[in-house]
Amino acid sequence: MLLFLKILKAGIVTEPLAPGEPDVIEVAREVETKARRLLGRAVAIREVDAGSCNGCEIEITGLTGPVYDSERFGIHFVASPRHADLLLVTGPVTRNMEIPLLKTYEATPDPKIVVAVGDCARTCGVFRGSYAVVGSVDAVIPVDVFVSGCPPEPTDILRGILTALDRLPKRKRRRDGT
Amino acid sequence: MAPELLLLSVAGYTAGALAALAFRGMVGRALVAAGALGGSLATLALGAWCLATGATLVFAAPWLPLTGFALRADSLSAFFLIVVGLAAAAASLYGFGYSAHYDGRYSLRLLGAMFNVLLLSLTVQVLADNALTFLVTWEVMSLSAYFLVLTEHDQPGTVRAANWYLGVTHAGFAALIAAFLVLAAGDMTGSFAAMRSVGLTPGTRNLVFLLALVGFGTKAGVIPLHVWLPMAHPVAPSHVSAVLSGVVIKMGVYGLMRVTLDLLGGGPAWWGGIVLGLGAVSALLGVLYALMEHDLKRLLAYHSVENMGIILLGVGAGLMFQSYGLPALATLGFIAGLYHTLNHACFKGLLFLGAGSVQYATKTRNMEDLGGLIKRMPRTAACFLVGAAAISALPPLNGFASEWLVFQTLMGGALVPRPEVAIGMPIAVAMLALSSGLAVACFVKAFGITFLALPRSTDAARAREVPASMQVGMLLLVGMCVALGVTPFLVVPALSRALAGLGRIPVTPIGFSLHLPFSVAGVTGEMSPLLLAVGLALLGVLTAIVLRLLADRRLRVGDTWGCGRIGQTPRMEYTATAFAEPLRRVFAELYRPTEDLSIDFHPKSKYFVRSIAYRSEVQPWFERLLYTPVLSALRGAAARVRQVQAGSLHLYLAYLTIALLVLLVVARWSR
Amino acid sequence: MTADLMMAAAQGLLALFLAPGVVGLVRWLKARLQNRRGAPPWQPYRELRKLFQKEVVVSRHASWLFHLAPFVVFASTLAVAVIVPVLAVPLLVDRIGDLLVVVYLLLLGTFFLALAGLDPGSAFGGMGASREVTVAALAEPTLAVAIFALARSAGSTNLGEIAARTTADPLSAVSPGHLLAFAALFIVMLAETGRLPVDNPATHLELTMIHEAMVLEYSGRYLALIEWAAALKFLVFFILLGNLFVPWGLARALTLEAVMTAVGVFAVKVVVLAVAVAVLETRVAKLRLFRVPELLSASFVLALLAVTSSFLLR
Repeated sequence: MLLFLKILKAGIVTEPLAPGEPDVIEVAREVETKARRLLGRAVAIREVDAGSCNGCEIEITGLTGPVYDSERFGIHFVASPRHADLLLVTGPVTRNMEIPLLKTYEATPDPKIVVAVGDCARTCGVFRGSYAVVGSVDAVIPVDVFVSGCPPEPTDILRGILTALDRLPKRKRRRDGT
Repeated sequence: MAPELLLLSVAGYTAGALAALAFRGMVGRALVAAGALGGSLATLALGAWCLATGATLVFAAPWLPLTGFALRADSLSAFFLIVVGLAAAAASLYGFGYSAHYDGRYSLRLLGAMFNVLLLSLTVQVLADNALTFLVTWEVMSLSAYFLVLTEHDQPGTVRAANWYLGVTHAGFAALIAAFLVLAAGDMTGSFAAMRSVGLTPGTRNLVFLLALVGFGTKAGVIPLHVWLPMAHPVAPSHVSAVLSGVVIKMGVYGLMRVTLDLLGGGPAWWGGIVLGLGAVSALLGVLYALMEHDLKRLLAYHSVENMGIILLGVGAGLMFQSYGLPALATLGFIAGLYHTLNHACFKGLLFLGAGSVQYATKTRNMEDLGGLIKRMPRTAACFLVGAAAISALPPLNGFASEWLVFQTLMGGALVPRPEVAIGMPIAVAMLALSSGLAVACFVKAFGITFLALPRSTDAARAREVPASMQVGMLLLVGMCVALGVTPFLVVPALSRALAGLGRIPVTPIGFSLHLPFSVAGVTGEMSPLLLAVGLALLGVLTAIVLRLLADRRLRVGDTWGCGRIGQTPRMEYTATAFAEPLRRVFAELYRPTEDLSIDFHPKSKYFVRSIAYRSEVQPWFERLLYTPVLSALRGAAARVRQVQAGSLHLYLAYLTIALLVLLVVARWSR
Repeated sequence: MTADLMMAAAQGLLALFLAPGVVGLVRWLKARLQNRRGAPPWQPYRELRKLFQKEVVVSRHASWLFHLAPFVVFASTLAVAVIVPVLAVPLLVDRIGDLLVVVYLLLLGTFFLALAGLDPGSAFGGMGASREVTVAALAEPTLAVAIFALARSAGSTNLGEIAARTTADPLSAVSPGHLLAFAALFIVMLAETGRLPVDNPATHLELTMIHEAMVLEYSGRYLALIEWAAALKFLVFFILLGNLFVPWGLARALTLEAVMTAVGVFAVKVVVLAVAVAVLETRVAKLRLFRVPELLSASFVLALLAVTSSFLLR
């Protein structure tokens, strides 16, 4: 009973999506319009940790919580890449994770989108040049959008995903005047 | 017509048996199969003819020494002739191809001859009209089955299995002799008609019932007299196992119905109650033990125990309702039991033939070494799938039709206003439902581990599809499974004709229509498997068409998703033991599994493991608590009696003198 | 007769097209109870539409069974949706199948889905299949005894008969037998449709999955069929719970007025049950797999009490 009273008292705590810095998100390849239209309203994400320190993972976990609530945009996380449309890749790709990352990409059915999260995914971050690292994510699989940051804010990750789907709420930005 | 068909079937079997002794090699096998097939088709025709036209066949040969041989075909016999003929026909066809791999290793002559003798004895068994004929053919049936079980005599466990079978079957035979002696009041050559009219005291009737229950129960394999079944059926050649599981154990049901329902004319409610209880326990325990097996044929043998339990549920319910004065419901119960008898002969025969095909192709029965056979033996896999779906009582196949009838019968128990029935029926329903659900689990395991995924051994990888004769035998039974499933409106009236007049049950006509309506007072249920089958097929095809038109058509072949691992080996698949593990844990109180885990570490470091062997065995409760004590008591008693034979000649002479003196005294006094 | 057939087809289609919405509604309610906005209740429709346009990737070790299974699961669940009384009773289709047929048709779907889980040869599939058939087998006795309880008071196992008998005798709806049977069936619904506390439909941890684990290999239109069938199965249980135990509102005659009322009452029942499931799922945590038999035994005892009470109180 106490649980439900607490739920009622707290109310909806989801925050509207903040505009954020534009150059955090880099569009590497244009996603096909057909794919964008298909996946725009319902996208399943499979998160792949290609050797990250888990800093990005903690931010990504926050996405499904009440504050950032990715589900309101039709985003949900799935366990199997066969069910997924979008691969969310973190970490510099380590040697051990190179083939698994490739296999995950092959297991995902078309059309698919890849969003690389974090500085490590883009430039290998602090692990650059290490013997255990193969390269950035786009050395292994084709990436559509990069989200920079170490780790990036959950809002930036969300905006990166929405940019890939071309579903960023543009009207809100105009109202804010930015 | 009927006598000609009987002569034809006897001639067929005899020809087959003689051909087995006279010819060798492929000619011999072909003639054996032809003889058996001809005989079984004639048997089938005879049964169908008698059931359809109501003709009775009478044959008596009192001049035959010692037997007072007499045959009579009434409607119940006719039904069981159909069961015999059907299963035997499929098994004979299959046997032609299957026995090829015995050529040169084991005696094909004994196999062919005994197979035909077994089929002949089964045909004559259901026609027997006096006690002596019945018992003699019973013994011939048991002995020929014994020789057949011993075919692969050098395999480990075969001789032991055959000995257990012989011992238990003869213990049952002793009970049967006693039962018939009491029932016939000493006149063993008097016909069954005479036995029906003999008035016996209730005490004597109870005694006959109990003796018959024990005797026929050992043949039927009801708990706790089932121990020989999972030993003997797996080691026999597969077409023989199909006949053993499909027909021979049904003779227990035939005998029980003949003695209890026909000759004794029904009895008090506790008779039905005991049969019902034994049926429910057999159904549940049979499937629980089947779940833990990874020997494919042993699993099927335990399922035979389960299905015999379901048949006895129907028969027991029928007996009980008859004693409570509900003849329509009683007829329903017997119909359900007989329908399941026929269905079980079909799908169990099919499954054993399928398992035999697997054994033929891969040389092993162990599921843990199989896998991937659906791609290498596609037709066998499809046939086995139909059999698995049928035994799991999935609509619209035949297993569902008869289980539905058993459920409806048990639910009719709501009409009996007695508290023990009111508590007992829901529990029986629950046990039946649980055994049915567990059967689904078991056959997902059996089919899935054996046929799907990757082969777990090189033998399985090298398997090839079996010869045509074996496939045709299986396909025949597949057709019957489907046909019997969608046409209960044809089968049920035929069965009610089979029961006409037995045990003073009035003939209740059941209407012919596309569905299976009942109006048994108080409980109504309707269903139509035919329309269901049509509906399911239609919906499936419609979905496929709509999908083809509207959805994306791309298909790509890739690796199995394994979290990105590199490569896939059969060792990464689920094993049969692992599949049954949740159920092993749930029923751990029953199984009390012993676990044996041995890990072989790398000599330099305990972090590297070279191999792990895991072994888990369930407690054989019945052997430990029932058979071992009884057998050791017997051995102890025998050891004590053996002291009489001390070996001393003087002692034997003393025995002779004493015996002579005693006889002289007795002869003097009785003058 | 044609009107009956068209009604049956119509109510089957209604159930089919409503099912994803019901799943979406439960998800939306759970989201609101987690203090967040969540996706709108019609989100599953978008997901299904997307899945139908995606490519299918099949393992090279899978066989024809893998391709056949989604159709068998979908067809059998749709057949059940046609047979159960959604809007009107009695219909002719009621005579094609009764409650036992419904239970075993659902079991047909489970059988093929479990086999499809074993087919690609992954350990996840095997694990999901093994757990799914365990739960299904252990739920069977409860279902059968609950059917017995319902059939006993109605004198028939056919769904139309049961609904009609309860309407004719309103007091029987609150008899202990009915209430206990309702509770037992509610627990079985949670087990069979993979809801908390038996199975978490939103989990990503393979070791905690039961239903999800079997479908990990499916993609594209096959996955769409299976997800849709799962949603339909969920709705079918709602229909059984709603229209067998509280059958008021079902159209007795095929007039427009009666059918419209039936649709409205049906919507209300579905919403009430959806709220109940959402609240329950928020309140409880998932049970460990080996505690699920205890839950199912409790439901079995409830069903047994339902039968014995209906005997004692007669």
